[in-house]
Amino acid sequence: MHEVDMTKCLLLSMHEWKQEQAPATPVVERVHLQVGTFTCVEPDQLVFTWRAAVQGSWLHGAELAIETVPLVGRCVVCKSTYSPSPDTGYRSPCCDHPMEEIVSGRELRIRSVDYCLPGAEAAPHQTLTTTAAV
Amino acid sequence: MHMPLEDTLGLNLLAANQHQAEHNREHFDAWKLLCLNVMSSPGAGKTSLLERSLAALAPAFTMAVLEGDMTTQLDAERLEAVGVPVVPITTGRACHLDAAMVSGGLHLLQQRLDPAALDILWVENVGNLVCPAEFEVGEHRKVALLSVTEGDDKPLKYPVMFREADCVLITKTDLLPYLPVDVDRIEAHIHQVNPRATVIRVSATSGEGIEGWHSWLRQQVQQQVQQQNAAHTPALVMA
Repeated sequence: MHEVDMTKCLLLSMHEWKQEQAPATPVVERVHLQVGTFTCVEPDQLVFTWRAAVQGSWLHGAELAIETVPLVGRCVVCKSTYSPSPDTGYRSPCCDHPMEEIVSGRELRIRSVDYCLPGAEAAPHQTLTTTAAV
Repeated sequence: MHMPLEDTLGLNLLAANQHQAEHNREHFDAWKLLCLNVMSSPGAGKTSLLERSLAALAPAFTMAVLEGDMTTQLDAERLEAVGVPVVPITTGRACHLDAAMVSGGLHLLQQRLDPAALDILWVENVGNLVCPAEFEVGEHRKVALLSVTEGDDKPLKYPVMFREADCVLITKTDLLPYLPVDVDRIEAHIHQVNPRATVIRVSATSGEGIEGWHSWLRQQVQQQVQQQNAAHTPALVMA
């Protein structure tokens, strides 16, 4: 159940972001995550621990929305992409080559945050979108 | 109404841990040492290997160990007996070390010695094939151990750990005559998820392969020294 520690770390990362917004404290409605399938994170458990962890905090009521990103490899021999699977030893089906290049699936990323800044009259909801790779 | 805000830095779920890990690494570079994160399942032989390697390498390198253990200090006591400074980090219920725990260990280590005198800092992680793979501690190299008794399918079942490792040691090879296990298959499975990994077969009991492992280690120390000298890292003071 290391999702508890993952959640703690996510909360710390969110806290770092909150400090950048100071002196305002953003009211967060939803945090959008991208979680690759080739990571050690179980999305359902992350949502479960998130709900427990944000109670009574500045993120109280904020939802966690997780988009699962499938593992995609690129064969270094023929350059075609494929879905590596443990059943086939992660090898590329075309050339039987080992899984050298990973195109996606390692994401552990805060994709965007839906929030508003109180104080600003009729503040619109804003979406922080993160663009860089993990 | 939604207003998209572009943030070119991006945010990682584990950003807070990564920032601390990078901070640790800056210190390691300023001290010009090589930091190794040693990981495996419980009982794969991390401590036995370290006992052997610390004793063999002590004449050539100045070393220290940060020893992660969930509840006891048994491993730390075993390694301290070899004569190398060991700082135990008891993680409680946490199943891995994170960068903040290692930072805490570094502060304790500094009370005993000047880390700038070290060539190698070993971080022995908590026995676990899942969580430590995702939590960087500031290491320069990841070393994963897999014992021959664990079965040849483990690299496929716990692929992230073996994907992330720079070096994978197949341990307890002295037991091979007694086991229906194909060590070539273990190695092939490791290379399927990580073709770039250096794989070395070792036995801390018989000594088989240990020289090959130490030779890999000496190369890493040399590479690290060259990189750190080239970077001219300014000295940092621990906050």
